[in-house]
Amino acid sequence: MTKSIVMSSVRFRYEDMDMRFDLKVEAGAFLAVIGPSGAGKSTLLNLIAGFEDPLAGTISLMGNDMTGAAPAERPVTTVFQEHNLFPHLDVWSNVALGKSTDLKLDAAGEAQVRTALARVGLTGFERRKPKELSGGERQRVALARALVRDQPILLLDEPFAALGPALRREMLALVQELWRERGLTIVLVSHDPGDARQAATDVAFLHAGRILRHGPMARVLDATDLPELVAYLGRPE
Amino acid sequence: MRRRRLLAGGAVLVVLTALVLAALFALVTTGIEGRGGTAGYIAGVTLFTLLQASLSAVLSVGLAVPVALALASRPAFPGRRLLLRLFAVPMALPVLVGVIGILSVYGQAGVLNRLAEWSGAGALPPIYGLAGILIAHVFYNLPLATLLLLARLEATAPETWRIAASLGLGPRNVFRFIDWPQLREALPRVLGLVFMLAVASFTIVLTLGGGPGATTLEVAIYQALRFDFDPGLAARLAMLQIAISGAVVLIVGGSGQALGVEPALGRGSLRPPSKSSWSLFAIGLAALFVLGPLLAVLIGGLTPALGKVLSEPLFYRALLTSLVIAAFSSLLAVAAAYGLALARAAHPSRALETAALIGLVVPPVVIAAGWFLIAHRLGVAQPVTPLLVVLLNAMMAIPYAASVLLPAVHATAERYDRLSASLGLSGMVRFWRIDLPLLARPMGLALGLAALVSLGDLGIIAIFGGEGLTTLPLLLYQRLGSYRTEDAAALALLLMGLSLALTWLLPRRNREEGAR
Amino acid sequence: MLRFALTAVIALLVLQPARAAESLTVLTYESFTAEWGPGPAIEKAFEAQCGCDLKWVAVGDGVAILNRLKLEGDSASADIALGLDNNLIAEARATGLFTSHSQKLDGLKLPLAWTDDTFLPYDYAHFAVVYDTQKLETPPKSLDELVRGDPEYKIIIEDPRTSTPGLGLLIWIKAVYGDKAGEAWKTFKHRVLTVTPGWSEAYALFTKGEAPMVLSYTTSPAYHEIAEKSTRYQAIAFPEGHPIQVEVAAKLAKAKSPALADKFLAFMLTTGFQDQIPTGNWMLPAAPTSTPLPAEFDKLVKPVKTLDISPDEVATNRRAWTDEWLAAMGR
Repeated sequence: MTKSIVMSSVRFRYEDMDMRFDLKVEAGAFLAVIGPSGAGKSTLLNLIAGFEDPLAGTISLMGNDMTGAAPAERPVTTVFQEHNLFPHLDVWSNVALGKSTDLKLDAAGEAQVRTALARVGLTGFERRKPKELSGGERQRVALARALVRDQPILLLDEPFAALGPALRREMLALVQELWRERGLTIVLVSHDPGDARQAATDVAFLHAGRILRHGPMARVLDATDLPELVAYLGRPE
Repeated sequence: MRRRRLLAGGAVLVVLTALVLAALFALVTTGIEGRGGTAGYIAGVTLFTLLQASLSAVLSVGLAVPVALALASRPAFPGRRLLLRLFAVPMALPVLVGVIGILSVYGQAGVLNRLAEWSGAGALPPIYGLAGILIAHVFYNLPLATLLLLARLEATAPETWRIAASLGLGPRNVFRFIDWPQLREALPRVLGLVFMLAVASFTIVLTLGGGPGATTLEVAIYQALRFDFDPGLAARLAMLQIAISGAVVLIVGGSGQALGVEPALGRGSLRPPSKSSWSLFAIGLAALFVLGPLLAVLIGGLTPALGKVLSEPLFYRALLTSLVIAAFSSLLAVAAAYGLALARAAHPSRALETAALIGLVVPPVVIAAGWFLIAHRLGVAQPVTPLLVVLLNAMMAIPYAASVLLPAVHATAERYDRLSASLGLSGMVRFWRIDLPLLARPMGLALGLAALVSLGDLGIIAIFGGEGLTTLPLLLYQRLGSYRTEDAAALALLLMGLSLALTWLLPRRNREEGAR
Repeated sequence: MLRFALTAVIALLVLQPARAAESLTVLTYESFTAEWGPGPAIEKAFEAQCGCDLKWVAVGDGVAILNRLKLEGDSASADIALGLDNNLIAEARATGLFTSHSQKLDGLKLPLAWTDDTFLPYDYAHFAVVYDTQKLETPPKSLDELVRGDPEYKIIIEDPRTSTPGLGLLIWIKAVYGDKAGEAWKTFKHRVLTVTPGWSEAYALFTKGEAPMVLSYTTSPAYHEIAEKSTRYQAIAFPEGHPIQVEVAAKLAKAKSPALADKFLAFMLTTGFQDQIPTGNWMLPAAPTSTPLPAEFDKLVKPVKTLDISPDEVATNRRAWTDEWLAAMGR
């Protein structure tokens, strides 16, 4: 199988923490990244997305070396925990930005935006401003934009952390559907192993800037031979 | 992206430094022999400059703290918005107009003295001396400090107020745990700002100082530039003043990470309104103090001369000139401050913050004289004079624009940089589509402050003016210089009205922008 | 962005006054060329006579004229500087920027002898203390009474470091008290309400009612009486004599239109120019006018004695006198 994300000997420094990442993600995988806060989960995502540049090492995406490439040039879309939408633009424009940064869409582009909004269940919300939306609706808009951007890799940085349990499960299910429909590679950063259990195929456990374990979901989550992991998960679920 | 931002800030930095250095160099190399000043004289002048500037800063800001707290704790009373607008007016008042307003209240023939005499208490002692200087500096700087501190207090997050409410914090603890930390961050910078404004004070110091015992470096610079005509000495004194103010910038910059006013981006305050009477008292006292002289300017201007001035084409020409200069120089100042802010958001550099204050550190009269010289040496004085007036006015206004834009740009950068980068939004597209709408409020505020500052300028225009370039303050001074006191009073009223109108263009406070 | 910059440049160029081809440029001070000043009528009269274009370039005051000429040096665009005064002459001469006026001086009507061949007078007035008759019933009758009088009644004076009237007062005290000038200042200090940077500030404070006396000119009351129909403000004659301010014009050595400049200097002493001086510049004409001066001017204080201190003496001693003043006034 081809790899969609390969990080080789990537080094990064954040304040006093030295981080080293080696990671291979299969194309079509749904990888959940778990670990205590401060372990470097978001940094890992930022490195893949291109918001941070590594001190050393290479990052290749979909078979191309992308080390040092600008975020927008990478085959990647990111959905953040918050500030996914520009408050002064309506839903339509926020999604359309994913297609064209000067908001000039042709008929096909407009159709794409319409379809994406319909797919996330927001038809009829086009002219609303972000402040008129609930938290879940805002993240749906962000997902719609990810669909419009149509990139093979989707990075999710705790996108549903602020939502309630039911809504959170519903959103995760939506992400799962999109993943299947589009054949995406997804990297989901989450502090909740429950998310991983519900949706992920694989899990990576981060601790103090290192990936201590990476493997199929159940095998990682049920492992008992790694003290840090056991300490992080608490009791077996 | 980071490199481009640093380049933008770096370019502004280079231009500002070049503006200053070229002017100083031109003055030092005139070859005109001056008579120089004695070291003792300069030392005495420097000491007095430091004394009065420190006292002015401590007094203005010290009094502004309770006023800002009171205004923050009373977010809605009739006339509050008007009061805050009026607080911005002194910025645009030529100093002599303010001085005359102040004297109408505190002077020998002022309201207070008349009240004292009428009540049988006898005449009050004259305010001329350090007292007069301090009253005038507080009149000019207390409102400014209040506005800056208030903006800071109003930036407290709604969550904080919810926590305060749930914990049942009393007024004392609200101050201790919420307001004071905000103030402590802003105070050093506001103190530094007022200190520098007071260092550069000239007309106030001489007119209200009561005698040559009250002489600041700026007076010595003016003297060197005018009567002694020793441009080299003027430049050296300017460097001394730059060194003093620069030291203050460094100390202030070192005393906190604070970047000044953090305008609340899309957040409304949830502060519980205060019912205590001390806040009303503080607001009332400050209003009385600031509005008294303004009212005197208003009343003084309501004479038949007002109609006459309004019927003169000369007035409209000066009005247009003032507005055009203010418009261009404020746009330029905001653009430069934006460049500095972009770079500052990308890289926490002390140099960038210092550059933002350069217009306060460097005496504009000296820079203006230096550039006048350069323009004449190059033989291009005629065509470039308006450009230089605009450029130097912009330089003077950058500190005000930057004090608003630096924190605002920092905040939007933290929130939307990653999103913009991932969408490939950059350059002008990002500026027009994202930054401009998001920063509309702080940009408008910065524009307004910068325009007010250049509207009131007299130092720069006095050096370059004369060849058809007459602004309202210059026109006012000309009338005053030929016995036309009533015309001048009418012009002062009109200038005050104009700056008040300008504050109406300032963006309203804290419209809920929603979306997180 | 480029379009914006272009618009900006064009808009700024619109602020520029247009420049004609054949002209005489006179560098002067602003109140001279103001609408109400003598400038406009003089311009009309001279242009009718010479068939040329007279252009004013106006700066703040006499000191600013000299400074601008020094700053401009050889690149000066003016043909004539108009508005320097007797106390600035030595310094102006030292610049070497001026050339002789070649005018006959016998038509001059000045209270002192004038022989200068470079600087040509066009008007004058004496420095005087002006007082508010509503606030002061018994004004001082001499300079000495002013200096030693009741400190309850204050005077506003100008700073000799930054203004011409201030320098005038410095000279006045020096001329009257000589070596005792320092002591005189120490006594006088108590009557001084404040020292302003220039005449405008002092006079504004005075008319505001801040003090009953101000250092101004013998001609000041004429303005109030003619323009405001008020006799409230009056000047006082001091038997010790008054220093004089003689305003002069001079031709620049590098004048681009030297012939026109000579014509203008000659015109300056004719009625076409002098008629505008009394109620335009509120000074006394230095040459005959076509009609007698307004009656209000007859009532003005006429100093019995003019303190004539040579420009060179002023230039040589200004620094020392200023230091003496600073020491006495408490710096």
